[in-house]
Amino acid sequence: MSEKKISPIIDENLEGTTVFNIPFPTGNDLSSLKKMSPIVIRFPYSIEYNYSYGQDSPFFAALSNKRFIVSREPQSGYTYATSRGHDMYSGRETDWVEIEPRGHIHAFTVCHFGSEAFLPECPFILIQVKFKECDTLFMGRLLGVDPEKASIDWIGKEVKGRYRRNSKLQPTDIYFNLVE
Amino acid sequence: MRAVYAVSGGVSKFSKVRHDKVFPALVKEAYDYILGDLGMEHPKFFELIDGTVASYFSDHFTRQLMAGIIAQDYLGMCPKPSHRVEGGGATGGICFQEGWKAVASGYMDICLCYGFEQMSHVETWKGNEFIALASDVSFDYPVGGFYSGYYAMMVTRHMAEFGTTIEQLAHVSVKNHINAYHNPYAQKRLRMTIDEVRDSPMVAWPLTRNDICVMSDGAAAVVLCSEDGLVKLEQACGKRLPRVVVSGIGRGTDAMRMADRPHQSYDDFYRYNALPNEMDDDARQYYKELWQLGFRYPGIHSFRAGRMGSREAYKNASITDPLNEIDFIELHDAYTSSEIQTYEDMGLCKYGKGGAFATSGKAFMPGINYGLDLPDEPICPVNPSGGLIACGHPVGATGLMQAVFAIWQLQGTIGHHFGDPTLQVPNARRGAIHSHAGTGTYVTVSILELEQ
Repeated sequence: MSEKKISPIIDENLEGTTVFNIPFPTGNDLSSLKKMSPIVIRFPYSIEYNYSYGQDSPFFAALSNKRFIVSREPQSGYTYATSRGHDMYSGRETDWVEIEPRGHIHAFTVCHFGSEAFLPECPFILIQVKFKECDTLFMGRLLGVDPEKASIDWIGKEVKGRYRRNSKLQPTDIYFNLVE
Repeated sequence: MRAVYAVSGGVSKFSKVRHDKVFPALVKEAYDYILGDLGMEHPKFFELIDGTVASYFSDHFTRQLMAGIIAQDYLGMCPKPSHRVEGGGATGGICFQEGWKAVASGYMDICLCYGFEQMSHVETWKGNEFIALASDVSFDYPVGGFYSGYYAMMVTRHMAEFGTTIEQLAHVSVKNHINAYHNPYAQKRLRMTIDEVRDSPMVAWPLTRNDICVMSDGAAAVVLCSEDGLVKLEQACGKRLPRVVVSGIGRGTDAMRMADRPHQSYDDFYRYNALPNEMDDDARQYYKELWQLGFRYPGIHSFRAGRMGSREAYKNASITDPLNEIDFIELHDAYTSSEIQTYEDMGLCKYGKGGAFATSGKAFMPGINYGLDLPDEPICPVNPSGGLIACGHPVGATGLMQAVFAIWQLQGTIGHHFGDPTLQVPNARRGAIHSHAGTGTYVTVSILELEQ
């Protein structure tokens, strides 16, 4: 019976960073290597996550059904505009409450630059919204306003939520327009 | 708790790109500076040291988990005890305080705190993304994850609440850039004008590129020791070391999502957050009127964590009038706006007065021409080094860089280390360092004093 031949040579390929020649001293004197420029290589790195929204999942389910729910402490009534499973003061579990996403701009900015994922969307407007039913704020995007005309006067203006037609199961399934 | 001394520090050159070294070699650069400062070789120092604390923010930038042990190994510190700390932008400040705890508790006599970040392995926009992953990834990041945007929302609220202006923000940028002109370790050493700050590209309204710190590669390290440790070090290096004692530490936290920050009542502010210098009738009346106008605390215009860290540190160091009892502050000015907000958190002025304080001159260095019309004399220079805005912000190193510059200020050795005495605060006896994580989630304040 003949033995299977196992190659002692690594397979060569042209994938990833492939180098054919890097200058190197030819003799025994290696002292010049301390002056060598650093080698910098470029390579991609990507990940697919199976991310769970956990106890916040109903919020995203609500958005996909074009409804807006917030978290309310059952005894004190303290209400979080951004989903929160337990109250920070009593430690008790919160209840879901539906509200109309209509409020006022508490703070804003126009992002002319940003993270890589959002660069194609620049300039975009971020706002913190204050709903009268809530004790805390909600961060969202403001659309329908010229980002080049940013003004501190935007603070206090009334906004109302609008839903994406096709849900992406992201907090941006809701965005805001000014109430004219 | 035992007395803890900060005896020496070292900083690598901060730069946009340090491709010449991998991160453990950057830490070695800072560590070797300490050895040179103490006049000691590594084997002797290794014999004396009890352990280390490592500080770096992001595993993403290096694409390397367990980077702390790599630095520990490269420094030749194995098998001494060590651990890594992480708390966003406050990582370096937390590291300093964990080193303090190790010594104060009696666990160690000599502790090396080192920190680093090598952010140049990705492009700036990807770096922004990595940093934005320090915000809530369910609710904040997907809306437009960008820390400059988050801080810009805080400043628009500050402007709406108090009438803070973009020119007041720009004063901070001019001050810090011109200070850094005399600091050879700084990344951006520029003589800048208000117009140049405002005319630079808009990043997140109203913050321009010159209102915002830059990404950096760099490292910093500090040696902390007990009285016994000090004796050992002095015997080994054959010289008396200046007695810079860490007289107080404080740390505060706040809700991860700034949207969740409370809007407290006047009574709760005075119950939980007010400083000793806000207890007189004038201050109470001022705040009562502010509340009547609709002010609520901390909202998103103020950093409650910074206030609580200051309150605790001041209590430990017996400070009741911070503006007049602290000779200089190195604080976390990732944004010009956050320096103004921090003036208020640290009690250098009342909440709402930060903008006016920025243009008063009180936080500027004496003897430097800023090209500005400043009505008041300097009282407590803030960021004499140039701060994060000009020095750079290699996250895990930054809080330790502040400690190094504070040690040198109190030792009176700025001229020696910078090769230029311009940034030496005259008669510096007590300084504060302030380290801050994303939108004020973690904030550390540490007080250092030259022992009489």
